[in-house]
Amino acid sequence: MSVHDQKPALRLEGIVKTFPGVRALDGVSFSVLPGEVHALMGENGAGKSTLMKVLGGLHQPNEGKIFMGDEPVVMGSPMDAKAKGVVFIHQELSLAEELSVAENIYLGELPRKSFGRVDWDRLYADSGAILKRLNCGFGPRTLVGDLSIANMQMVEIARALTVDAKAVIFDEPTASLTDAEKVVLFEVIADLRAQGVGIIYISHRMEEIFRISDRITVLRDGAYRGTLNTAETDEDEVTRLMIGRSLDMSRNAEHVETGDVALEVRGLSCGKLFQDVSFEVREGEVVGFYGLVGAGRTEIAETLFGLRTPSAGKILLKGKEVSIHSPMDAIAHGISLVPEDRKTQGLVLGMNCRDNITLPQVGDLTAGPFVSDGAEIAIFDQYRDRLDIKTPNWRQQVGNLSGGNQQKIVIGKWLSMHPEVLIVDEPTRGIDIGSKSEIHNLIRELAKSGYAVIVISSEMPEVMRVSDRVIAMYNGKLMRSFTADEVTEDNLVQAISGLSENGKVA
Amino acid sequence: MQQETRKRMIKESAIWGFIVLELIFFSVAGHFLSLSENAFMDFENMLLLLKQSAPIGIIALGMTVVMINGNIDLSVGATFALAAVVMLDSMSWPIFAPLGDWVIPVSWALALLTGMVLGAINGFIVWKTGVDAFIVTLGSMLGFRGLVFMYNGEQPTFQLNWTMVDIAEARLFGLQTPTLVLIVCTVLVWLMLNKTIHGRNVYAVGDNREAAVNAGIRVGPHMMINFIIIGFLAALSSVVFYSASGSVNPNDGMLYELWVITAVVLGGTKLTGGKGSVIATFGGVIAIQLLRKGLGHIGADTAMVNLVIGSILIAVLYLDKQLNRKGDGDLKV
Repeated sequence: MSVHDQKPALRLEGIVKTFPGVRALDGVSFSVLPGEVHALMGENGAGKSTLMKVLGGLHQPNEGKIFMGDEPVVMGSPMDAKAKGVVFIHQELSLAEELSVAENIYLGELPRKSFGRVDWDRLYADSGAILKRLNCGFGPRTLVGDLSIANMQMVEIARALTVDAKAVIFDEPTASLTDAEKVVLFEVIADLRAQGVGIIYISHRMEEIFRISDRITVLRDGAYRGTLNTAETDEDEVTRLMIGRSLDMSRNAEHVETGDVALEVRGLSCGKLFQDVSFEVREGEVVGFYGLVGAGRTEIAETLFGLRTPSAGKILLKGKEVSIHSPMDAIAHGISLVPEDRKTQGLVLGMNCRDNITLPQVGDLTAGPFVSDGAEIAIFDQYRDRLDIKTPNWRQQVGNLSGGNQQKIVIGKWLSMHPEVLIVDEPTRGIDIGSKSEIHNLIRELAKSGYAVIVISSEMPEVMRVSDRVIAMYNGKLMRSFTADEVTEDNLVQAISGLSENGKVA
Repeated sequence: MQQETRKRMIKESAIWGFIVLELIFFSVAGHFLSLSENAFMDFENMLLLLKQSAPIGIIALGMTVVMINGNIDLSVGATFALAAVVMLDSMSWPIFAPLGDWVIPVSWALALLTGMVLGAINGFIVWKTGVDAFIVTLGSMLGFRGLVFMYNGEQPTFQLNWTMVDIAEARLFGLQTPTLVLIVCTVLVWLMLNKTIHGRNVYAVGDNREAAVNAGIRVGPHMMINFIIIGFLAALSSVVFYSASGSVNPNDGMLYELWVITAVVLGGTKLTGGKGSVIATFGGVIAIQLLRKGLGHIGADTAMVNLVIGSILIAVLYLDKQLNRKGDGDLKV
């Protein structure tokens, strides 16, 4: 059966959605055929999520129609959409952690007996069957709070299988999945597709899109930019549609002269999180940490920054052993951490740009008993120029800046503390691809100017692009260290995956 | 995993361990310090304790539901008083005169209805305005109390009906009416929370409200039902108590909300919602009543009792926080 002479399972026509002051969607049309994987791409703020929320019944469109098959339908609520066969798998985990896996899968539609009682037998039987289909290693009675992030994502996906779905929306499903778990996800998608379900797949990751999609639709600034057949296009064309220009995505080929060892770690362990980790970082060098989620990379960073207490091992700075008990100690020793979650760990979103940048040193910027405005603004100006932060002025709330500029504020904040070692955890998570390369260049430049930089990332192209050396971790252990010349996708995947032991996702 | 399960069990049965500790302490201390001849763990004394737990206990069941749901209700004390005023006053309304003693169930029904309406008002405002339940019920706490005073000024409302007193003081299997009501309500609320769809949604909404909305649970009406439940239970508590005493002062029920919340929190219900159990709340209620009675038994005055209960509450929450830490490797924040 050829894809082209089929009727779409789902069709959106001329959807307009406005919010006060913003035209979030401007006449977007979009269709999914049964048994097709249709990727939806666009930079952050392009309107992908809004479009999907309209489709999922969370927003009502101001204009435009939605068709299921030939019939026009109105998605009044999420339940309504689900009943009509449109299932939305959310990007952010949307689970109740104190409830069991089964209750989460059937949240909002628990099977009913007389007097509004829950039919537990049916609930456990049905959800057990779904989990089996997904090849999950946990049962329906497990509490969701006890699961790993990746397994929670599987619960989220299991929800799609509770109804006879006509179309399933995956919104950045792999954001927290490891490569091994992605394989399982892609199998699930292939399975759904074989049953004639239309899949809408939203992702920033080109390699995934090209691996699984049939067609790609691109949005920019709330407007439709075109639909491409995946087989007939390439990354460059898609990127140009998305941002209006080409991107440089080469890998790091420069060889920098590295200086002395700035940071050395010997036999560092922290309980079950990671064991016997030893490595060194030189001045002017970028060391990339690559591994699956839960491999212990972030935990190492947190330990170096004094947020966790190591159970064994030594940390040496410039050859001298130091003990770090708190972030205060770490900062005093010249270690800075740009944390994984910019919005909750890195910034005070409601404060302005200047105050965020000077936050760690505001205690020293005083004139008499008061905070010295002038000194603060001077620091802000200096890093705005150096990092090219785009903001109207220092009074702007950071919450209103784009992801890339927010990340620059966090980096600027730590640079202003004159660190020697800069640890950057997931530098470009949730940042659109235009700003990504800017952040990558910035990291390279920082290393060139003498900082010792550690980059932790779950994205292989990113690690390969910025690092002089790549350290692969698996399950709390340091597996192997590669130089930029040695590293290839294959040997890196081998080093970080525990797949050889059992094919199942634990 | 094994360790996790064990930790969970320790945490869930902690309140009962605390009760046993109290019993031992007061029995031993009472032996040396008490002025009375009777042992603390005297059977009659324990029955009395259960009966005295009932007014706070019945409301605490409703508070558990509302708090698991992620809300709070500060207006229960005022609801308690207003329901009592309605019940006792309505018994002497001329239109009910021909009913004779059959006015009793009618008045009870009116009181319960009052509680449900007051609860519905709270729930409706929370639903429609989206204002935090803490603020809404803080306002209604003052407002409902105002209604009590508007009704009869500073005067007490009273009504002596011996049939009603007989019912309120009746015993079944040796247990007094208030105790029976408390136990039956505990069982019913437990069934509701654990066996019904509404009950499971109480947890889901309190745990992750956005997830519940995304899953199509109509959160507003859902929360309103829970406010009606706590309003009903506050009124029921009032019915049970004032059927026996027959007289209500306009200041009655003040600070009940704080005792109720203390009992619920002692029982391990999370202030942020999503977690809790009525059985543990029952334990929390008993634990507080034991403290009050026990400290009285060994000769402490009310001020001392409040100081001790307050300190224990903070200590319990601190312990809970420690138990929730996952070990030394945990993030320091």
